[in-house]
This record gives sequence, structure tokens and C-alpha cells, in this order.
Amino acid sequence: MSADTSPAIQLRGASKIFRTPSGGLHTAVRELDLTVGRGEFVAVVGPTGCGKSTTLTLVSGLEEPTEGEVLVAGEPVHGVGDKVGFVFQQDATFPWRTVLSNVMAGPRFRGVPKAEARQKAREWLARVGLAAFEDRYPHQLSGGQRKRVALAATFVNDPEILLMDEPFSALDVQTRALMSDELLELWEGTGASVVFVTHDLEESIALADKVVVMTAGPATVKQVFDIDLPRPRKVESVRLEPRFIEIYREIWESLGEEVRITRERGAAHVA
Amino acid sequence: MSPEVLSTPVVDTVKAPDRSQSRARAARRRKIVVTVVRVLLLIGILGLWEAFSRAEVIDPFNFSMPTKIWDQIWTWITHGTALGPLGEQIWYTLYEALLGWVLGVAAGVVFGIALGRITFLADVLGPYIKVLNSMPRIILAPIFLIWFGLGPASKVASAVVLVFFPVFFNAFQGAREVDRNLVANARILGASDRRVTLQVVIPSATSWIFTSLHVSFGFALIGAIVGEYIGATKGIGLLVSQSQNTFNAAGVYAAMVILAVVALAAEGLLTFVERRVFRWKPTNS
Repeated sequence: MSADTSPAIQLRGASKIFRTPSGGLHTAVRELDLTVGRGEFVAVVGPTGCGKSTTLTLVSGLEEPTEGEVLVAGEPVHGVGDKVGFVFQQDATFPWRTVLSNVMAGPRFRGVPKAEARQKAREWLARVGLAAFEDRYPHQLSGGQRKRVALAATFVNDPEILLMDEPFSALDVQTRALMSDELLELWEGTGASVVFVTHDLEESIALADKVVVMTAGPATVKQVFDIDLPRPRKVESVRLEPRFIEIYREIWESLGEEVRITRERGAAHVA
Repeated sequence: MSPEVLSTPVVDTVKAPDRSQSRARAARRRKIVVTVVRVLLLIGILGLWEAFSRAEVIDPFNFSMPTKIWDQIWTWITHGTALGPLGEQIWYTLYEALLGWVLGVAAGVVFGIALGRITFLADVLGPYIKVLNSMPRIILAPIFLIWFGLGPASKVASAVVLVFFPVFFNAFQGAREVDRNLVANARILGASDRRVTLQVVIPSATSWIFTSLHVSFGFALIGAIVGEYIGATKGIGLLVSQSQNTFNAAGVYAAMVILAVVALAAEGLLTFVERRVFRWKPTNS
């Protein structure tokens, strides 16, 4: 099979077992099967702490699966590849670099000449609306602006695969809706495949083509839902549509059960 | 509308700047009071010292007195010391301390970052470094005197061993405590291991390293002075030891005053450099 026809991401029976500091074993992900098509936007939802983020680190190559296979564009993942972009939950901008220099970091790390990197970085900064802020340092920006820097720094590398780990969870509700719209706009021009991890079901339905519901930890795929809402979407308005609410109810039936299991476990733990 | 209703908001708007003005005035007044009390305290202590010494409540020969110390400094400035001009002594000590400091800092940073990044090295060398650190290293000064002679080299060496450890431990800690997110992000963006070290680990360890630089310049001065005290041909430490040998208490104090001025000037310079390096940091009041 040629690399061009294979799906963007394939996880086949992937498991990840961590050794805890106390010497025990912790299974974060168990026998996970997941396929993400090219240009597809997949949202992964699941109860908190179930191992969603681990799935992303497996795809990114930051961690290797204990068992099973992870394929990106048909090739097994060994270490961090150059096809992948990753937007982290916490701030991961370099505080000692200016905004422009932060966005230039990716191309510079990949050996792009300085002038070209600067030009590309300026383009992306303009696209996220931060052209006037290129000389600022991250601490001089708001949380939303820093996230925009992170988005520009990721998109400037032209990733074929975009991994996002609850990227907007630290933002306030209004900024969050705004950023989601911006993300959709930026993404629609690139044709990248996206895996977007979140615990917010509304966010996942508003953004994605496909919502994957994970089980309570150790995580594995419970159910996959196709979202047939038309694009382009506006996050704020799409969530008022009857179809959206229908889908929401349908997925919540599946997700709610896992959330309850997680909560009961937590309660048992406390007791 | 009654005139009272109209007048109330007017009074309020006049009051607001008034209040902020009085607050600023109070802050200014407090600053002045602090400075005045500070100066009075110094004058009080020096005055008491002088008075007790003159009244022979304390032995003026052993404890000397501020005016005598000042006379001593003045004589050194105008007529030079027994070892030559005062400036030359200061320069000698400063040169030894600075050179030792630079070498110690460089070695400390390189080893600290290397051990912080390479776990194997840290595991192998860890216990030895602990042993070396627990030793009172100033005891090495006599050995350095034997090895390197009376010249500046022996003082530089004792400054280096004193400076190395605090800088090393801070650089090591700094390299260890690098935000894992930043490293992961750099790797995803395409940074090689070398790039991660140079462009993520070292910049984020700089605030740790700078903390140790303040302390360690003091250590470098200690190393230089003690080295000179044990055996030298020039320097403030030798001045102290000569003053001591001639029972010149004022001379010892005078050397102390000069050292304090030198150390404060160096500290000021370091703070200035630090401000320039850390422009990216939020200023916390």
C-alpha cells in the first residue's frame, strides 16, 4: 500500500504501561484501536485522567507504546517525526523568547534559514492577529494571546498531523469560543488531520467530524460517533441547533456512564 | 433638583485625586523617615564606638576607633601602603577574585548542566561531588600556596574551588527542574538534543545560575583574601595580615571597609547585568 492512501494515524492494539514511583504498574491506555483519516478532525472525549493525553504522546512519538503499533501515514512511529504538531494544555511558549522568536523556533530547529523563518513566522502571526505583538515577551500577553502564539508556532511548521491536548481548557469561556472558531479557520486552510483531546463534550461536537468516546481508565475506545453538522461552523451558533442537541444527548448517554464509573472509583478511593 | 444633590458628586471628584495625593505624600514621608533613621543608626553606632574608645571604656589599642580607621584609609590613599600604592593592592585582590570567579562559574555551569542532562554522569559522580562539597574547602588554600607559590595563581585556585560548588549545584538543579512541557514542545518543534540543551535547558537554568552568582562573588573574594593572608606579595589580604602583625587594629578595620566597598560595587554591577539578561522575566515588585 502506498503511503498516500494509508490513513493519517492508525493505532492498533496500542497499550501503554507506566512504572509508578512506588514501583507499581499503571496502565494508562489498553488495547487501543483508532484510525484517523487524512484531513479528518477527530475529537477524543473521556472522563478526566482516563489516559486521553497518553494517546497523543504515543502518536507524537514522545512516548513509545508498551504493546501494539502506532502508524503515522502508514509508517511506524519511532521518536518525534517532522509531520507532527502538538499544542499542549499548559503554556509551552519559551518565556525568554519574544513572540516572533517563539514562532520562528520550529522552522529554525528544522534548519530553515533565518530570513525565511522570520517571514513565515510573521505570516502566521498576522493570521492569528498578533502582528503588532511580535516584540513582546510571553509574560506580557494574556492567556488567550499566548495560546495564539502556540497555535502560530505549531502551524508554521505545516504539520500534517495536529495533536491538541485540551489546548483551551485554561481559558475563560468567551476566549475559548473565540479560539475554537479561530482554530477551525486556521485548520480549514491546511488539510491537516487533527486529534483534539478534551473533556468538554460541547467543544468536541462543535469542532469535530468524529467524536471518540473513551472508557474510564485504562482508556480504550468505547464508541465512535460521526458528527454530520455542516461546515463551516461557528462554535457559538452551532451549539444552539437542534441536531447539535440531539447528538449531544446521544453521546452523553455513552460518556456519562464512564464519567459515573470514574466518579464512583474516586469516591471509593476517598472512603 | 436641589443644590445639595448637585454638589455631592462634585465634592467626590475633587476628593479622589486629593486622596491619592496624600497617599503619595505619606509614602514619600515614610521613605525619608527610613533613610534618616538609617543614617542616625550608623552615626549612633560609630559615635558610641568613638566615645567609648576615647573614654577608654573599651581598649582603644585593641578596638581602635572610627576616626583612626578613617585616618588609616586616608594615609593609604594619599601616601600609599607599606606594600605600595593602595590602588595596586585593591587591583591585585580584585584581579584574583574576578579571575577565580569567572573560572569557577564557567566550570560550575558546564559541569552542572552536563550532569543535569546526562543522568549516567550524575549517577557516577554524585557521591564524589557530595564528599568534596562537605569538605571545608578553604583548607586547600595552603596546599595551593605550596603548589602555585606566592603569586596570584594560588589565590585564583582557592577562589575557584570556593566558587565552583554553589554555581555547580544551582546549574545542576536548574537543568533538572526545566519545565518538561518546554522540552517536549521543543522536541516536537524539531529540536535535536543539542538544541534542547542550548536553547531550552540553559536559558531556563539561567535564573538559577544567577542566584548563585551573587553568593559566589563573595566566595571568590574570601578565597582571594584568605590566600593572600596565608602568603602573598601584594593584596588587601596581605595588608590585613601585616596590620595584624604590627598590632594595627585600625589597619585591619580599614581593609575591611575597603573590601566592603569593593564587594558592594561588584554586586551593583552584577544586578545591572542581571536586569539586562532577564528582560523577558515579569518584574515582581
